[in-house]
This record gives sequence, structure tokens and C-alpha cells, in this order.
Amino acid sequence: MAIDFLYPQYEVVRNYDRCIACRACERQCANEVHFYDPEFQKMMADESKCVACHRCVSLCPTRALKIVKTDHTFKANANWTGKAISEVYRQAGTGGVLLSSMGNPEPYPIYWDKMLINASQVTNPSIDPLREPMETRTFLGKKPGKVERDRDGRLVPNLSPQLELNVPVMFSAMSYGSISYNAHASLARAACALGTYYNTGEGGLHQDFYQYGPHTIVQVASGRFGVHKEYLEAGAAIEIKMGQGAKPGIGGHLPGHKVGPDISRTRMIPEGTDAISPAPHHDIYSIEDLRQLVFSLKEATAYKKPVMVKIAAVHNVAAIASGVARSGADIICIDGYRGGTGAAPTRIRDNVGIPIELALAAVDQRLRDEGIRDQVSVVVGGSIRNSADLLKAIALGADACYIATAALLALGCHLCRSCQTGKCNWGIATQRPELVKRLNPEIGAQRLINLVTAWDHELKEMMGGMGINSIEALRGNRLMLRGIGLTQKELDILGIKHAGE
Amino acid sequence: MLQKEGQIRIPAGCAISGIFHRDGARENGARIIESIRTMHDRSNGLGGGFAGYGIYPEYADYYAFHVFYDTQAAKDACEQALERHFDIVDLSRIPTRRHPRITDEPMIWRYFATPLQTKLASSQLDEREFVSRFVIRINHTLEGAYIFSSGKNMGVFKANGFPEDVGEYYMLENYEAYSWTCHGRYPTNTPGWWGGAHPFALLDTSVVHNGEISSYDANRRFIEMFGYSCDLLTDTEVITYIVDYLGRKLGLTYPEIANVIAAPFWSTIEKQPPEERERLTYLRNAFASLLVTGPFSILVGFTGGLMALNDRLKLRSMVVGEKDDTVYIASEECAVRVIAPALDRIWTPRGGEPVIVRLNERGNP
Ligand code: SF4
Ligand code: SF4
Repeated sequence: MAIDFLYPQYEVVRNYDRCIACRACERQCANEVHFYDPEFQKMMADESKCVACHRCVSLCPTRALKIVKTDHTFKANANWTGKAISEVYRQAGTGGVLLSSMGNPEPYPIYWDKMLINASQVTNPSIDPLREPMETRTFLGKKPGKVERDRDGRLVPNLSPQLELNVPVMFSAMSYGSISYNAHASLARAACALGTYYNTGEGGLHQDFYQYGPHTIVQVASGRFGVHKEYLEAGAAIEIKMGQGAKPGIGGHLPGHKVGPDISRTRMIPEGTDAISPAPHHDIYSIEDLRQLVFSLKEATAYKKPVMVKIAAVHNVAAIASGVARSGADIICIDGYRGGTGAAPTRIRDNVGIPIELALAAVDQRLRDEGIRDQVSVVVGGSIRNSADLLKAIALGADACYIATAALLALGCHLCRSCQTGKCNWGIATQRPELVKRLNPEIGAQRLINLVTAWDHELKEMMGGMGINSIEALRGNRLMLRGIGLTQKELDILGIKHAGE
Repeated sequence: MLQKEGQIRIPAGCAISGIFHRDGARENGARIIESIRTMHDRSNGLGGGFAGYGIYPEYADYYAFHVFYDTQAAKDACEQALERHFDIVDLSRIPTRRHPRITDEPMIWRYFATPLQTKLASSQLDEREFVSRFVIRINHTLEGAYIFSSGKNMGVFKANGFPEDVGEYYMLENYEAYSWTCHGRYPTNTPGWWGGAHPFALLDTSVVHNGEISSYDANRRFIEMFGYSCDLLTDTEVITYIVDYLGRKLGLTYPEIANVIAAPFWSTIEKQPPEERERLTYLRNAFASLLVTGPFSILVGFTGGLMALNDRLKLRSMVVGEKDDTVYIASEECAVRVIAPALDRIWTPRGGEPVIVRLNERGNP
């Protein structure tokens, strides 16, 4: 019907003076935007299918293409924006829930960008990371809080199992299924080379990847896909996924068209069926139940591995984290509302949850107020975009950060936010073999290594500027941060002073 | 209005000096004053102080509380609290002499006391924990009263002014100690408050410190989980609490404490033999939040001993000299030479390498 017609958001602009009709764009676009018109002997485009992923633009040999935001517009209205109007048309037409992917794109405040970092002047020397050791090695896990000695007075190593990270960055959960085999292979190899960890997500672990076990965090989510004893034993740590920043309060959904033979085997579900993980864990209706699951997993792995619990940043996250800390978890992972996803209902992605900066500050302070900050490590994600975000997170109190969107960007993702269609032109969020092979895991791993190494350099540079030569002296060191353009309330929650104070 | 110490964090550079007699011989405060006077230019007249060990042999079994009072009301309240929890065997003003450069003095009182047995028993705490909680509580909650010394057979003397003037003001020639430490301060702002001077002490642990630690807020926010309250916002205060926590509460030895607060670099740890590597890795990981970074040289005084320690990069100067049974430690060599021109040995300890001296069998019969 005409009322359902929506003008495409993006237009494909082709410079016909440059186009040689090589049809590369046509081959590259899984969305079937480009086609050759024999009658006119030229390339044409159906821009209504374009998701602005830039695959064709990047591969056009004559740089004949660009994607522009359309200037076609509804009559300007600050309340009923073009987006708001279009969404009503779409829902009136289909009766369906709007779906989106990747993180919340709405213009809420980004607190990372409202915090400034300190540097030494005069009273305290800065340290040059090129000339002096600068340490970013981090251990995650419960600290003992007491010492024990043997009969000769020697210290007994009484630490619970720990994760050792050469850099305070890990790759966050993305399941095999939501992303491709080659994407997983890239993450796994990079984690090994960097001395850090990647996370299987809730889709189980492909047989081929058991070899990367010492750098793997295996996830147990509400659907329990692919969870069995060898799987639990394969990883360096086990993560219980209670929630995800992009869609707090709901479970996951992997559409059946992504469940091919390999995924079906890894997830232990029939081919072609939708993999739907329930909103809650049906064996966890309260904090005591979580404790039981934590200890079941510890029992199953002979208390040799730290257990992590991942929660979404929601309103009372501090109280929840305190409960989680007391549940026996060794590491709490908090995912902010800008965290990515392969698919989430748009309304939830854009309206549920709170910023990770505020959640982190509140959780860290709450755990300290209760005197239990040392009993648990805190890892945050959603979204950490660069080394400055990373540094600010650690100064607010995080032990380490999770990155996922940034990792996918390193692999070529262009944030077209269309992962749910399974037609990712960059070979990441897809299971179509011809698309998957576009991502070379060798190159992918190297790009991830480059990214994290670059961040680590920058982190060290900024630490040196502050006169700090070890990451543990930065952790929770909020005096190193100042707010800019924040209200007193926001400053109080972040536990920092305003610039100039 | 300028904020006072405790309302704002004030970075400071400084001078430190210490004298320790291993054989327990005691000397009065004259030489330590001479030593710190030599480093006059490292202070700016905004704080100086001393700690002496072995100065109260006649009351060796009693806690000696040195207290600053801003008002009579604060004094009354503090004394009431003291009387509720302690048996006070002696109390007096701490003797001072008028000094042209020491002004704005608060009331300065001293109490020798021991916890009331009934109170102590009902608190179910060990005696030292009972006393330390009392001190922290008074300092945190009682406006205008500040207990700046609370050990047995030791005492802290501090004021606003150049350290040599502070020593004269407190008439340190009348006290005999086997261990002296002192401090001259160079804060970058006017604190105008005597409590902000160093040494900082809790029970018999006293710390003088030269430097500005970059890990301050990480250390503070961690240590405050264990009942400490960093009211002064100074590095020295937080270091004192760290030493107290690791030593008294957890039972780490002084060398182990040094391995935590000035932990070796990972690259150094990796070069150690397996057992030592494991030990150092354990200490560094288990107490990661108590690593202190940034420049510092500190002297930690305790009953029967003294520990000198530099940050791991040795960003602050510190020398150690030895003559017979006496050990001298100072920010600059001149401060040692001026009182002990002929030394058996003088050296510069490496960053992160603690120098720990203790009373020997003659000093500790
Ligand atoms: S979807 Fe991607 S590849 Fe296809 S036309 Fe749009 S930008 Fe090009
Ligand atoms: S992973 Fe692929 S589909 Fe998803 S946002 Fe990135 S480029 Fe688009």
C-alpha cells in the first residue's frame, strides 16, 4: 500500500564517469542492491535494500560509489521525527516488533566524553613508557584478604583461581551463530597472541576451537546451548550470562536460517530451528539460585576455574552486583546499555538500561562501602570505544574491559546495524559460506592484535603522563578524573570532581 | 577561602631524616634537629615534625596519646571519651617553649592511658585494635580534636613551621630516644593546620614521607574498606594505614610489606628462582590495590625498628650511613655528614629495596 511506502534512508550515488560496469559491487552486495541493466548497459541500484555497509564502496576499483543519507524528508517536526513516523508505518503495516542490532544509537549522554584525565606537573614526575617499565598486566579473581603460612612461616598461596591478562582488555561474548566461524577464529587467535581472553557467547564451542581453551571464556546462558562437561572444562573461566546491555530482561534469538549443520552440532539443536534462549534462567529466580548455579559450575570443574557472572546495567545495578559478589562469583561483568547485539527489539535496545559509566561507578562504590570490592573483580563493557574510555573505566574502578563492537570494527564491521538479517557483507554476522570466506582469520587476528596493542600503548602513554607505572595504581583512582559539563548529581554518582576543582 | 588539610588534597615535597641506635642507646633530639636543619631549603616552613621511640620508659606499658585541641569544648568531649574507655594514669600539657616562628598553636595535651578492662573485654577486640578504632573514631568524628600520636613508649611532635623550629619549640633536648625520625615539609599550598604536618602515626607505627604518590586515590579507596578513614587526604596518612593493615592486621613482615607497596616489576619477578617468583607474584596479585606508585621515600618507625623504603623507580633521593651500631638515613648525604662526619659505610639503597634496622641483642635484652 502506498501509505507503507518509505523512501530509502540512504542513496547509492554512482559516478557514471568513473563506473566501468565491472559488476564488482553487484557481486559484493548480499543485499542485492546493484544490478546490471543490459538494455541501458549500465549499473543500477535498488537503494531501498541498502544498509550502508560500505562493502561496495570499499571494493569499487574506480571509486565510483558513495552512500549518502537521503535528503528526502518529512515535514520537519521535532516531536514526530522522520524515524518516529516511519516506525509507525512499519508497525501498522506488519503488526510486528521492530528489530535492530548493534548498540543503542540514540543521542543519550556519553559520560566517557565528559571526563578528563590528569597529568603530572612539577610536584610529581611523569614517567616515560619508552624508557621505564610500564605495566598493564592484570589478574582477575577473588583476592584472599588474609595470609596463611606453613609451619616454616612461608606464605601459602591461598588465591582462588585467577585469570591473568597481559592487557586489561578482553573480547566480549559473541556466539558462534550470531557471528561466523572466521570471526570466532580471528578472536580466538588474537586472544592467544595478546595474552588475553575471548568469550564463546551462548552458542557453545566449535570443536576446532578447543585448542584455544586456555584463552577462552565459555559462557552458560539461559538456553544452555552447547553446554556439556568438556565444554566447561575447555575454558579458562566460565561466564554465567544473566543479562546483556543491549536487551536487559530478555533472552536471545538466533533465527533458524542461521542454524546450519555446524551450528546445529555446536549448539546441540536441530538444524534450521530458531535458537531461543529464555528471558530468565529457569533455574534462577533469585539470588540463592544464582549461588547454586555458581557452585554447581565450580563443582563440575573441581574449583579450578573462576566463575564470572554477567549482568546488564539496570537501575539498581549496585545492589544486584553486591548480591552477585556474595553469591560466590569471582568476577562480575557489567554490560552497559550501549552494548552491541546481533538482534534485539528496537524499543528495548533504545530504552532499557543505563550508561555503563554510571553503573560502574555505582557498583564499585557500593562494593567498597560493603567492604567486599576485593572479593570480586569487575569487568565492564558496552561500550568501550578507545583507550581513553578504557583508562577512564579503570580509573572509575574497573579491573578490565570487555570489547566487542570495537573488535568487530577491527574485523571490518561498518556498523550498518543489520546483523539480524544474516547477510553481513563483511563476513562477520553471517553464516553464508560465500560471505564468511570474505573474512580471512589470519588477517582478522592480526588486525585485532594491532588494535589492542595500539590501545595498550596509548594506555601506557597516558598512565606515564600521570606518573603511574602500573595498572593496579590506576584502578579506582578517581582523583585522576575530572568531570566537564556535568551536574553535581552526576559528579556525585561518578565519584569525581569537576574540572577546575 | 582556602580549604584546610582534609578538605583538599595538597601535594608536597619534603625532607626526611632518621637516626637509629641498634644497641638501644638513647640520645636526645639535638642531633636530629641539626640533621634536618641542614636540609632547610627542602622545607618551606609549612610543617615539620619528629617521632621518637623509647622516650617514655617510665610509662612504657601505657598508650601515650598526643592530642591537638582547637577549642575547650573539643578538649572536654575528647577527655570524656577517653575516660569512658581508658584508665588515664597521667595527663598534662605537652611542654613547649615560646618560639618566634611558631604561632597559632592549638592546645597540645598528652595522656598516658590503658584501656579499661571491662570495655576491652566487652568489645571482643584485641587491645591494639580497640585503641586504633578509638583513635580513628575521635579523629573522624570529633571536630576540633586530633590525636596525632597513640603508641606505647613513643611519641610524635609536630607543628606548622620549619622542622628545626618545631624541634626547639617542643624542647626535644629533653627526650631520649633510640630511634628518631623527622620531616620537613614543602607543601604547595597553605594548610595552616598542625595536624597536616608529619610524621603521621597510628599506634606505634609512624611514617615520614617525601614524595607525592600517584596511586593515592586507588590506595585510599581500598584501605578505607577496612575501617580506616583518610581524613587528612595526605599520602603519609594512607601509607601509615597500609603498613598498619598489612603488618598488624594481616601479619605480613616488613620485607613482605615492602614487596607489596613497592612491588618489583613483573620483568624483575620473572627473573627470580621459582619459589621467590611465586612468592612475589602472590604478594603483588593478592594485595594489588596497595601498590604505591609515584615518587616516595619513607621512613616507617615501629617499636624496636625502622624501615626505609624508596619507590620502585627511586624517584626520590635517600642515603643510608652506618657508624658502629648507629644507622643514619636522610634525603641528602649532607644531613647525615653534619651529625656523623666519619661513617663506616654510606650507600644509596635501590628503588623498592627496603632497609630494615632493628634493635640487636644489646638493644633488646
Ligand atoms: S548494502 Fe552495502 S554493499 Fe550493498 S549497496 Fe549498500 S553499501 Fe553497498
Ligand atoms: S557485523 Fe556485519 S551486519 Fe553487523 S553491523 Fe557489522 S557490518 Fe553490519
